[in-house]
Amino acid sequence: MAQALTDSELVARCRAGDQEAWAELVDRFSRYVYAISVQAFRLSDADAEDVFQEVFARAYQHLDGLRDDAAVRPWLAQLTRRLCIDRLRASARERPTADEELELAGSEETLTLLEEALTVHEALAEIPEHCREILDRFFARDESYKTIGEDLDLPSGTIASRISRCLARLRELLEGRNDAGPASGSR
Amino acid sequence: MTAFDEERLARLIRALPPAPEAWVRAAQELPLAKAELDEIVARAEADAEFRARLVADLEAALEAVGYELGPAVVEELRVRFKST
Repeated sequence: MAQALTDSELVARCRAGDQEAWAELVDRFSRYVYAISVQAFRLSDADAEDVFQEVFARAYQHLDGLRDDAAVRPWLAQLTRRLCIDRLRASARERPTADEELELAGSEETLTLLEEALTVHEALAEIPEHCREILDRFFARDESYKTIGEDLDLPSGTIASRISRCLARLRELLEGRNDAGPASGSR
Repeated sequence: MTAFDEERLARLIRALPPAPEAWVRAAQELPLAKAELDEIVARAEADAEFRARLVADLEAALEAVGYELGPAVVEELRVRFKST
């Protein structure tokens, strides 16, 4: 897809049976769904994988029922939270846990952080590709200067300054959005 | 969201590592899996002998007609044909 679609456009295309759009939707929200299950709910890898597949299976199945296409992001977040709680409830059968305790299992602080992280991740798509790549490799993929330098054919000494410049660029973009109005959360 | 110093931005980027590639691929292939699933179910409805083979030995029946399905589709078929 040459130009980034809004969440709403993407959902509309998925609903029309566009498989490429579905792949893009999974790609767009995969990190978010994954992070909710492993960071906010601290699920094991096996449980997180089950939840991940179930979230997208249900999303695919119930996309027609989504009332507001632009609300796909909170819808997926809510679905993920619910499935994580179900999973924790199932594992807690042998050790009875109060429902309130399960509801609190997903730390609100972490969920808020992830929501904000997704907004930043979406903003990454708007900065130049070389910046997006280096920031993603260094911070999100935890790659070393050495690995990045070898892969991108850059001297290690250049990487730190490039990361700093790219962060400044991202910061300008996000602050520009804030000056223009509240962050929308959807592209 | 208000202030963005480098440290905060770094923390936010770090908060969303990629999901395992295989998980993403499996989720992206859901429409294809669904199409295969529908095709097999339709075939089983039209062909009683094929349906009987599926109920008797799902994997062998699928392999015999050349289907190479992912584990999620096989599991879904197992559930469907177990209760029939």
